[in-house]
Amino acid sequence: MNNFVYIRAENSQRALNALWETNNAKFLGGGTNLVDLMRERIEQPDAVIDITRLPMNQITELPDGGLRVGALVRNSHLAAHPLIRDRYRVLSQAILMGASAQLRNMATTGGNLMQRTRCYYFYDSAARCNKRTPGSGCDAIDGFNRIHAILGASSQCVATHPSDMCVAMAALDAVVRVTGKNGERSIPITEFHRLPSDTPSQDTNLNPDELITAVDLPNFPDARKSLYRKVRDRASYAFALVSVAAVLDVKGGRIQNARLALGGVAHRPWRATAAEQFLLHRPAEEKTFREAAELELQAAKPLAHNGFKVELAKRTIVDVLMELAGKAEVQ
Amino acid sequence: MSIFSKVTQAVVQFVPDRDRDQLSEEHRIVGKPIDRLDGPQKVTGAASFTADFPLEALVYASLAFSTVAKGKIRKIDASEAEKSSGVLSVITHKNAPKMKDPPLFSPSSGTDAAASTANVVNTDEIYWNGQAIAVVIADTLDGAEHAASLIKIEYDEEPAALSFEAAKSQAETPKNIMGEDTEVERGDTEKVLAQAKYKVDHVYSTPRFNHNAIELHATTAAWNGDQLTVYDTSQFVRGVADSLAKMFSLKKENVRVLAPFVGGGFGGKGSMWGHVQLCVLAAKVVGKPVKLVLTREGVFRTVGGRTPSEQRVALAADETGKLTALIHTGTTASSFANDFAEQFSFPARHLYATESLYLTQKLVRLNTTPNTFMRAPGESIGTFALESAMDELAYELGIDPVELRLRNDPDQDPAKHTEFSSRHFKEAYRLGAEKFGWQNRPAQPRSMRDGKWLVGQGVGTAFYPAYRFPAAARVRLNADGTAVIQSSAQEMGMGTATVQTQHAAERLGLPLEKIRFEYGDTNLPQAPVAGGSNQTVSIALAVQQACEKLHRELLKSAKQDQNSPLSGSHFDEVRACDGGLFRRDKPETGETYVEILSRLKQDFVEAESETGPPLETMKYSMGSYGAQFCEIRVNEQTGETRVSRWVGSFDTGRILNPKTAVSQFRGGIIMGIGMALTEETFFDERTGRIVNPSLAEYHLPVNADIPKIEAYFLDIPDPHTPLGAHGIGEIGITGCAAAVANAIYHATGKRIRELPITLDKLL
Ligand SMILES: Cc1cc2nc3c(=O)[nH]c(=O)nc-3n(C[C@H](O)[C@H](O)[C@H](O)COP(=O)(O)OP(=O)(O)OC[C@H]3O[C@@H](n4cnc5c(N)ncnc54)[C@H](O)[C@@H]3O)c2cc1C
Repeated sequence: MNNFVYIRAENSQRALNALWETNNAKFLGGGTNLVDLMRERIEQPDAVIDITRLPMNQITELPDGGLRVGALVRNSHLAAHPLIRDRYRVLSQAILMGASAQLRNMATTGGNLMQRTRCYYFYDSAARCNKRTPGSGCDAIDGFNRIHAILGASSQCVATHPSDMCVAMAALDAVVRVTGKNGERSIPITEFHRLPSDTPSQDTNLNPDELITAVDLPNFPDARKSLYRKVRDRASYAFALVSVAAVLDVKGGRIQNARLALGGVAHRPWRATAAEQFLLHRPAEEKTFREAAELELQAAKPLAHNGFKVELAKRTIVDVLMELAGKAEVQ
Repeated sequence: MSIFSKVTQAVVQFVPDRDRDQLSEEHRIVGKPIDRLDGPQKVTGAASFTADFPLEALVYASLAFSTVAKGKIRKIDASEAEKSSGVLSVITHKNAPKMKDPPLFSPSSGTDAAASTANVVNTDEIYWNGQAIAVVIADTLDGAEHAASLIKIEYDEEPAALSFEAAKSQAETPKNIMGEDTEVERGDTEKVLAQAKYKVDHVYSTPRFNHNAIELHATTAAWNGDQLTVYDTSQFVRGVADSLAKMFSLKKENVRVLAPFVGGGFGGKGSMWGHVQLCVLAAKVVGKPVKLVLTREGVFRTVGGRTPSEQRVALAADETGKLTALIHTGTTASSFANDFAEQFSFPARHLYATESLYLTQKLVRLNTTPNTFMRAPGESIGTFALESAMDELAYELGIDPVELRLRNDPDQDPAKHTEFSSRHFKEAYRLGAEKFGWQNRPAQPRSMRDGKWLVGQGVGTAFYPAYRFPAAARVRLNADGTAVIQSSAQEMGMGTATVQTQHAAERLGLPLEKIRFEYGDTNLPQAPVAGGSNQTVSIALAVQQACEKLHRELLKSAKQDQNSPLSGSHFDEVRACDGGLFRRDKPETGETYVEILSRLKQDFVEAESETGPPLETMKYSMGSYGAQFCEIRVNEQTGETRVSRWVGSFDTGRILNPKTAVSQFRGGIIMGIGMALTEETFFDERTGRIVNPSLAEYHLPVNADIPKIEAYFLDIPDPHTPLGAHGIGEIGITGCAAAVANAIYHATGKRIRELPITLDKLL
């Protein structure tokens, strides 16, 4: 680990000032990702701004019936919150399937949004990685790429975004609230994370002068009928090979509303818009689900070791939608 | 086999057996489920592990690793590292004091213990990607780690041998395997196979695995003139001490190595890895005690693991299921800095009767971290192949997999043709089958289901040899009626200290509380490496002999004293009980140790004994056996596999402590589940680099992966071992991977012959 300056900010303005005034500074949330990366010398900030004292650890109701989740709400708190469990089941499930209880106790909402890829070659400073060192090349494309992207990757980078929480948020159309030199702005979560294209070093569209303050979850009654399914290499404490967050509303056997997002398949949580459109008004049955999944994964470009993810993603989509449809019938 | 071993083998047949240990049947303290004596110390944090010893003026070392697999260091620039704050020294091959070559581990040498011949930091030669090439010593750990990152290295890279597949064509047949003949041949197996009606013939492969004990490898070294004291996370303190003495040209008695507690070893701490000598070297260079704790990545880079293997098993049988041919051959890998052909062919030497038999192994060399002993080396991967094949043959024949094994239980050792010292293979199978409820299992694959989950049940044979190595122990009786047992043995969490205390209490006729077992220190009588599951039995025999010696001496002294009620008693006429020696025929006649010592006016009496080579293992076929039964569920959609039930049934001689024994079996089975389903080292053949050197990406099973595990044992004493016991550390993992693979076949109809069985293989 390199030497760095530690700054503890008491409020957002001080945190931002510190960010703007210091060269190469990073915010510190739970530290479960940043500190690891600093120890691996992947991140080498000159200053670390501890924001955990900022008053952004509340979950509050919005006038329109949505919820505002402060950027410093811990993952375990968010997952356990009665309103989240009641209204946004998929989000609570997704968080609880991530990491371990100890990590979730530390991890913050903002930090989770900003966590970096788990690509093996990103983590090994002896390897080539365009995300870590732009222009150096990518050792994953022809290396061990079983955990890598099948959708939206580029010739520069095939990394995936590892978060579970963000996949659920993508299905819920959450909005990330940030504040920076130009004041406040809102970024829909589906536009928050980027595809790698030829700038894989940039994970998100957050500007370097900005602080995430909250995530808004819109009023969305259908989200009560939601489900998160995570497929991984062991029963717990592993990142998703493929995950599916879905919301499904069925009336009279026909799909009224469908939201679908995939994790573990792309550089960002993958909102399956093609599948969603296909599903609308069609009968809620296995054939429809399978066709929707096929459609969404038409664009998949597997690498040497991750071809299985294409079929796995399709099957998981079908499985999750079947389960939701089954429940809908019963209701 | 060398002429010498042939002759020994022949002669040994006429050597009389040791008397059967009378304590084999004793049930006072041995055999009781006593809590681990070191438990309270461990759960309260009072136990000091290697990295916990607070030495005065301690400084910290960190290593830099090579990033190429083969070549020479062309240039090494440590100037920035040297200038970094708090740095005391940077040692590279340019300035390192010379050490003698590391003496490579060899069982025959007794105490040579180096894991590799690479004299790291004394050479510019690179043997593997991740080899230590510089040591930084600083007044803080962070300072040392940071400075290590500032070292700039240039290499003259050379083409490296990295592909197992490509190297296979140049595989060589090692001269011997762990001292046994590499090749075993009886009859014309290929001919029998070709003509057989019922047969299977397949290739099974297992990947690289890495050690991941909870406690990272660590060494603390302190010099005082030419006296060296080392705390080390070792399974073999004596070996480390003697190897360091050789490397640093010291008298053996001037090197003391301590390992009072070790946080798991599993073979990974069974030999001396490069960081140990580098820590000692660093302490010498800076003239201060140095602590070196490998990072988790450091363990992956510098400590070897299990070799990859590719094994062919071909079996032929007649229509009754009797084996007519058994072929088990294949290839493993070693490095250019060690020499270890993992003995996957060993189980087939001892398990099944067969008309014809052919076993052999080949070895390739790759530019990798030297491979090493890991969780039943050989037997775990060997039983995966052999026991998968047995299952395949059972389906070929339409005979129940349990029944097939029972029908091939041999009367004598199939390779050595010697008598078994103790073999209750059938009983172990029957007990396991009954506890598991095997008779209810439908034979047909894909015949059980639980919603989306296909359910399957599988079985595999467990096997591990019963080793004993020469060992020494000292027993001291104090005037206050307490006793101390000493041996340099190592406690890695398996219960050694507890079981040896139980043993000594039984042997001396004292209550547990009166016994103290001292271990983990080379100042004590020499114990062998705690490996090959030998330690319990090896130490037990030394303690048994030392106690006997002591008792004989006490009787001799009593004989000379008419006042002693034991006067005139022979050794065979007395037994140790109730805190002393009492006549067998008149249990009220005798003397307590307190009385004897007070009569002798001595503060203590002691005796030491050193045991000889294990002639019994040459005379008899000595092994432990078992049957692993499991039930698994495979998600039909996603291929995820979950183990839902496990029953292990073992024939491992007398059980000394059912509580610690069950923990050993369970631990082994958990490792077996990891081996079957999740663990794999990703080795990038382009660079020779391990790409998942962390617990996040190297998937050990977690609690959620482990079902309730039931472990049963027959508890039948072996007449040829002290206490009738066998070591039980390693057998638990053997047979597990096959049991899982066989259950997966039963659930899905898919036969997977390549570990680990990840979900992509089942989609
Ligand atoms: C072993 C392991 C297993 C894991 N498994 C999973 C898993 O299965 N699923 C999963 O989803 N996650 C998993 N995680 C990742 C975990 O969820 C993240 O590490 C965690 O969410 C990060 O949150 P944090 O608050 O600790 O972030 P930090 O480490 O504090 O910060 C991460 C990044 O976010 C930035 N940041 C933090 N807060 C803000 C803010 N308010 N505004 C702007 N930038 C900010 C930091 O500067 C830093 O760059 C795992 C982690 C580990 C170590």
